[in-house]
Amino acid sequence: MKEVLSGNEAFARGAYEYGVKVVSSYPGTPSTEITEHVAQYEQIYSEWATNEKVALETVIGASLAGRRAMTCMKHVGLNVAADPLMTVSYTGVNGGLVIVVADDPNMFSSQNEQDSRHYARLAKVPMLEPADSQEAKDFIGVALDMSEKYCTPVLVRSCTRISHSKSVVKIKPRNTPPVFEPENDIKKWVMVPANARVRHKVVENRLERLSDCADTGRLTLNPVEFRSEEIGIICAGVTYHYVKEAMPEASILKLEMVYPICFEKVKRFAEKVQKLYVVEELDRFIENELKAAGIEVQPLNRSVCGELSVDEVRKLFGKEVKEPAFDPKQLPARPPNMCPGCSHRGMFYAIAKLKLFAAGDIGCYTLGLLPPLSAINSTVCMGASIPMAHGLDKATEGAMARKSVAVIGDSTFFHTGINGLLNSVYNAGTSTVIILDNRITGMTGHQPNPGTGCTIKGTPTQRINFPKLLEAMGVKNIRTVNPFDPDECIKVLKEETAKEELSVIVTDKPCIFADRSVIRPPFFVDVNNCSGCTICTRLGCPAILWNKEEKRAFIDETLCTGCELCVKVCRFDAIHQRK
Amino acid sequence: MKDINILMIGVGGQGTVLSSDIVCDVALAGDADVKKSEIHGMAQRGGSVVSHVRIGDKVLSPVIPVGEANIVISFENMEFLRYPEYAGKETSLVVNKYRIYPPSVAGGQETYPSEQTEETKIAFKEVFEIDAMTTATGLGNSKVAGMVMLGKLAALLPFDAEIWRSVISKKVPPKTIDVNLAAFNAGYQF
Repeated sequence: MKEVLSGNEAFARGAYEYGVKVVSSYPGTPSTEITEHVAQYEQIYSEWATNEKVALETVIGASLAGRRAMTCMKHVGLNVAADPLMTVSYTGVNGGLVIVVADDPNMFSSQNEQDSRHYARLAKVPMLEPADSQEAKDFIGVALDMSEKYCTPVLVRSCTRISHSKSVVKIKPRNTPPVFEPENDIKKWVMVPANARVRHKVVENRLERLSDCADTGRLTLNPVEFRSEEIGIICAGVTYHYVKEAMPEASILKLEMVYPICFEKVKRFAEKVQKLYVVEELDRFIENELKAAGIEVQPLNRSVCGELSVDEVRKLFGKEVKEPAFDPKQLPARPPNMCPGCSHRGMFYAIAKLKLFAAGDIGCYTLGLLPPLSAINSTVCMGASIPMAHGLDKATEGAMARKSVAVIGDSTFFHTGINGLLNSVYNAGTSTVIILDNRITGMTGHQPNPGTGCTIKGTPTQRINFPKLLEAMGVKNIRTVNPFDPDECIKVLKEETAKEELSVIVTDKPCIFADRSVIRPPFFVDVNNCSGCTICTRLGCPAILWNKEEKRAFIDETLCTGCELCVKVCRFDAIHQRK
Repeated sequence: MKDINILMIGVGGQGTVLSSDIVCDVALAGDADVKKSEIHGMAQRGGSVVSHVRIGDKVLSPVIPVGEANIVISFENMEFLRYPEYAGKETSLVVNKYRIYPPSVAGGQETYPSEQTEETKIAFKEVFEIDAMTTATGLGNSKVAGMVMLGKLAALLPFDAEIWRSVISKKVPPKTIDVNLAAFNAGYQF
């Protein structure tokens, strides 16, 4: 049977068909939907972990127990999981272990454009790269077999154009999953120096065997399509399709294993073509590997920033690109925005009002940076807000702590924020931390987390109680505020930032997607009372509009969720609820 | 079959993604190869959403090359202006008359680009303007406006209307099948 699947659905299907038993992941665009789709298969245990390091360590445990296991993350998630990755390379595996990592060339939804292929070389583990959804599914099977055969974790690299593209996939039933006896092998699994020195040699030997094309099982990978003798192009992943469409006359070697590279095969291909090129997205990874191996590669004037496309490849080889039918226009933008009824907006309004410096974090609330609120002043990575606010505090002997806050969401707090807060408590920080608890992981599409009260499968579970947790951590100043009451937010912010002690403010209203019961009848503007002062439009709520002719605000009642935030800022009693 | 590239453009919440999924399933049911690529993620409600759908005997890149869209379908009146690179001289435009104001227009800082929208239509081979919202409201459910648009798209593609109806019946919530099919039929006959 054939179905049209996204790359992410196909990765999940691969886990199902090839007998994966455990999947643990943390959400991150563009990888999130893999684990969401895995959760639909009852034969697979799946979970949202608190972060990518925890997720990888969980699946290492599952592999040690002798079952096939998989974890999925975005590129920056692999930074968090890099610590176990470097050493699980040494221990090796028992049940097959696959790590899917999804890069985001062009940064459609990411804070950097790092190329995860470097992790394969750094950790000395193989990396496969599918070119469409069929391969996304198939390569999970290849990776699991390779993992068990070579006793190594295997990286499978995706990117936005694989994960969020759809193509036709042949669906098969689930294979009987292999089950191995749990391992109890101190020399293999306890990485103290004496054992690790031995394992390092195992790793180097494994890498040599993996790059040897003659080794069995490898010959099906890395196919050659021989056409012209003039131009030979080496490419991988989605780029293969760009190259094939742009350069139908060229011979192509498609690298399906991008690390380690099978140099023998590349050399044989290079001998058959007059000019050898490498076309790859982001860093010159394959090109540098080939050059280091003494293989001559023709130069291409290619940017290492952003995405490739059929047109970019055409341009690289001096081909003509079609003219667009019309010129680009200057258009009013549709930036991503906090939703109407978002429980973050009121707190950002208060932060902006007090002109506080806000050390931000990663989540929907990063959108607080947008005008008219413009109330996020730094964003680096998951969990960075609290330690950065601590750094501001210590560097200025408390002066900046009186004028700044850290802003972090519930999921990001559980991810890595909690470590930063422990540090601030321990080192007598005096910063003010705001935990925007909306009970869901919002930005990636509303996944449950330890503060939600249910698991990925919707099963009820323990819900972390923030005030109790903070109290147990030794935070003395804990305040819970209603983010839909800006005056209260302003008052509490003033009080807590003034204290020369660590404070944590928790907002306790859910995301409208976490709890639909908070949605109430919409509000409307009474034009007779509206003075046109524009204060409500400065909340940046998509439901509040401005009538230029009449110089009055009005509310799009199809968007309004009845949160009442605008009512709280209106000084003219001009906003009323529909009955 | 002849290759067909369709660029589907809308605003978050309009059902652009579901519509493009339906096109994919119809193409597969019609024995064609199909690929789709779309950008979402940061696209919260109200953000710009774009799906590339490519249909043919064997589709390579999931993204449409510059100037090679056969059909641009804009679920909102101005949104097709955002993606000038994909339309060429032989491109058909299917455009909804319905406007959704971007935040800066709603907030009064900028004006809706009505003139640009009108002027740019000349660049297309043919233009089908659909009053999808009025039709949908007439059917008693404004949410099926996207299905009216999809009906018009279906009329331009070489797949049997019955295949469309069968795929739509599987893809939409069971309670809304009738109103969705009514919307599709209205668009098909537009």
